[in-house]
Amino acid sequence: MRMRIRYSKQGLMKFIGHLDMMRYFQKACRRAGIDVTYTEGMSPHMSMSYAFPLGVGMTSDSEYVDVDINTPMTGEEIVERLNLSVPEGIRFLDACEIGITKADKGMNQVARADYTLRFREGCEWDPDWKSAFYSFLEQDEILVIKKGKKTEKEVNIRPLIYKAEVTAMEDAGDAEGDVIRLGLAAGNENNIRPELVMQAFADAAGRTFTQFMFHINRDEVYADRGSADAHEFVPLIDMCL
Amino acid sequence: MNYKLALPEEILLSVSKPERYLGNEVNAVRKDPGEVEIRFAMCFPDVYEIGMSHLGIQILYEMFNRRPDVWCERVYSPWVDLDKIMREKKIPLFALESQDPVLAMDFLGITLQYELCYTNILQILDLSGIPLLAEDRLHIRSVTPGDGRDMKHDPAPEDAAECRERGDYIGEGETVYDQLLDLYKECRKNGETRREFLKKAAAVPGIYCPMFYDVSYNEDGTLRSFEPSQEGIPARVRKQVVTDMDDAPYITKPLVPFMQITQDRVVLEVQRGCIRGCRFCQAGMIYRPTRTKSLETLKKQASTLLEQSGQDEISLSSLSTSDYPELPGLVNYLIEQYGRPKNINISLPSLRIDAFSLDVMSKVQDIKKSSLTFAPEGGSQRMRNVINKGLTEEDILRGAADAFRGGWSKVKLYFMLGQPTEMEEDRRAIAQLAEKIAETYYDTVPKEKRIGKCSITISTSFFVPKPFTPFQWATMFDPEEYLEFAHTVNQEVKSSLNHKSIRYNWHEAYVTVLEGLLARGDRRIARTIEAAYRAGSLFDAWTEHWDWERWVRAMEDTGIEIDFYTKRRRTEEELFPWDFIDAGVSKKYLLSEWHKAMRAEITPNCHVQCNACGAAKYHGGVCFNETGESLQTRAGTQLPYIYPAPDCNPVPGIHAAATSS
Repeated sequence: MRMRIRYSKQGLMKFIGHLDMMRYFQKACRRAGIDVTYTEGMSPHMSMSYAFPLGVGMTSDSEYVDVDINTPMTGEEIVERLNLSVPEGIRFLDACEIGITKADKGMNQVARADYTLRFREGCEWDPDWKSAFYSFLEQDEILVIKKGKKTEKEVNIRPLIYKAEVTAMEDAGDAEGDVIRLGLAAGNENNIRPELVMQAFADAAGRTFTQFMFHINRDEVYADRGSADAHEFVPLIDMCL
Repeated sequence: MNYKLALPEEILLSVSKPERYLGNEVNAVRKDPGEVEIRFAMCFPDVYEIGMSHLGIQILYEMFNRRPDVWCERVYSPWVDLDKIMREKKIPLFALESQDPVLAMDFLGITLQYELCYTNILQILDLSGIPLLAEDRLHIRSVTPGDGRDMKHDPAPEDAAECRERGDYIGEGETVYDQLLDLYKECRKNGETRREFLKKAAAVPGIYCPMFYDVSYNEDGTLRSFEPSQEGIPARVRKQVVTDMDDAPYITKPLVPFMQITQDRVVLEVQRGCIRGCRFCQAGMIYRPTRTKSLETLKKQASTLLEQSGQDEISLSSLSTSDYPELPGLVNYLIEQYGRPKNINISLPSLRIDAFSLDVMSKVQDIKKSSLTFAPEGGSQRMRNVINKGLTEEDILRGAADAFRGGWSKVKLYFMLGQPTEMEEDRRAIAQLAEKIAETYYDTVPKEKRIGKCSITISTSFFVPKPFTPFQWATMFDPEEYLEFAHTVNQEVKSSLNHKSIRYNWHEAYVTVLEGLLARGDRRIARTIEAAYRAGSLFDAWTEHWDWERWVRAMEDTGIEIDFYTKRRRTEEELFPWDFIDAGVSKKYLLSEWHKAMRAEITPNCHVQCNACGAAKYHGGVCFNETGESLQTRAGTQLPYIYPAPDCNPVPGIHAAATSS
């Protein structure tokens, strides 16, 4: 059976890259005594797939990995066992059974990801940036150059921004300032990173953008149950059977 | 999320592999600083992925942290990118777990594993804000004991940059550290100074405090005396060893790094020491006597290591695992318990080639991809007798033929060049042996079963004489001469019939000479190490960072003549800078072995006969039988003891680990 597991990755874990995270997770499964299926062949490896790799430097409230297991185990038990030996910053949240077709794979379902961006201390723009940001978003077309490994192409990213708003920071404890909340297209077809949007805005509005100016948190990853004209986004965990 | 970082996030995100600096690995130990009495920073002076692969530190880390009053944390050398930033921004070096500065610790323990990390020791002190010279260091409360487990490898570093106000622990760390820590607590309670503490520490067996010893030299530059400068300080420091390996603390909560490290697996130490007595080998002398763990202990430890780490590979570790008497039982247990059912890789170190090892290897690895490694170390039989690697050409060719029949076609051969008494014909014999192995392949494997040519890779390193070995009296050569030796081998390889099946690699000659200086140096080269460090030498073990010219200038600037340490012929009476350490094996024994080497005579291994090397005084291991009777009384009598020794000569080693692809 295939289980979808959701976890959060916070704090120091933001410095752990995707490949190391995969290595971590395999060891975590062995420590937890979860009977993960191995692939056949000369060098068997655990059968698992990640929905949407998270870049180094970002935190996340909702990361997804799909795992094939031989001996059935309830989602609650998987979560409980995995949480027995976690480093600070990792918390396993949910696990539930998911379909086993190719289309059920997390990486094929991903359609949208939501992010919260906070300015790193000392990197804030001057206060009037918010109105400039909203008028930037009012355009029908925002053209950016997307660089692939070999190719460069111009893409209109405006339709791929499903949500963009600036709110006062409320859930961030005693920290002050604005947070930017973005809902962006994600996955195999169209994928835009939050930095790309902010870079495009900074370029258009004549502000400086630097690589580490935002703390970025991924809030949730969604599948699209609707159509291209009428999206119906649901969190990946709700795609379980 | 509350966490503390010694480095700002922007720095962590801009340096390579920030995981090195976080200290948040699974099983890392966190304690409340308010609840402990002693803060101990345990340092391996190389980059994280090397340091984390070291077994000794993991053992001591856990052992220290079992004490509720001690918090032991780890420190590694920041990689060059971060090193530069820390200097520019004046960020002090920190311990990983707490991210607190090293200067906030009570102890900084540095393990010394190889000569080329000496400049990194200075980096650690420097970045921590500890003056390199002891006389500038009076205001600091840290003392810096070597993690002594391996201190004895290299007595020269005790003087690395004259950091003499410190204690060095000589021996296996499991034994007297508790005593040292308790002493520290008591001294602190009584308000005693660091000097008073060190003086008392120097009386603890195995602890060496350089500041309490005076050194004088003869006119010819050799050592005249090396003596305690005060009463109550022992004239000789006796290496400490664990006598019962089953009782010694071992890892139950292995650290599990996020990033890939050099030895990314759990390590099961099956025994300590080696019965063989190769005359060039320091580990083989100083880890005497050979002490084994019981099969039951090993089974338990294997299960704990794998369950607590979640690692997918376990490797067996020791100087000569084939000599572990219960190896078949252990390996079969691991394969049956973990290999097949749990997809755990079993990584085998050097094993002698016999039916058992070939069978096991075919079970745990892909024959087509893996290669066999033989380490004859000497090309001719005479040379192998000189170094007491008594295996014969017949052993090697028979092992190779068995392996070829078993499906292997790749062979790696390791040799050393520049050993005592070596002649040109011994060097040529290296290539000739490779040729014979190639011929064995074509004779053994019928044409239709061959998959292309066989592949034989010869690697030679240049021999560096080490303290506490029979070869401590040996002379070295100039780098140009070493290269000529390699050239001879290369010529001979090229003229071989099967030269297309044979590849030859040789090591850096200049590094060898530097290692030679550092291995048998004395207090006077401390200034040279410091000068090289000040001029930018760091990570000397890394080819891309190493710079011979910088070392040459450092030697010139500090008036050190390298030939004095490397090429000078040492007399048998000469007092060596490391003679104040009692490493168990006596100088008398080493000298008799040196004489036998000159006569190309071999010495039987410890299972065959006791050779009265001196290690029996530790009252443990192979030197004693089940009833506790010393075998030394039987010195010279050839009676197999305790374990049947199927072959009294060392036999070809094959290296199954890390040889895939």
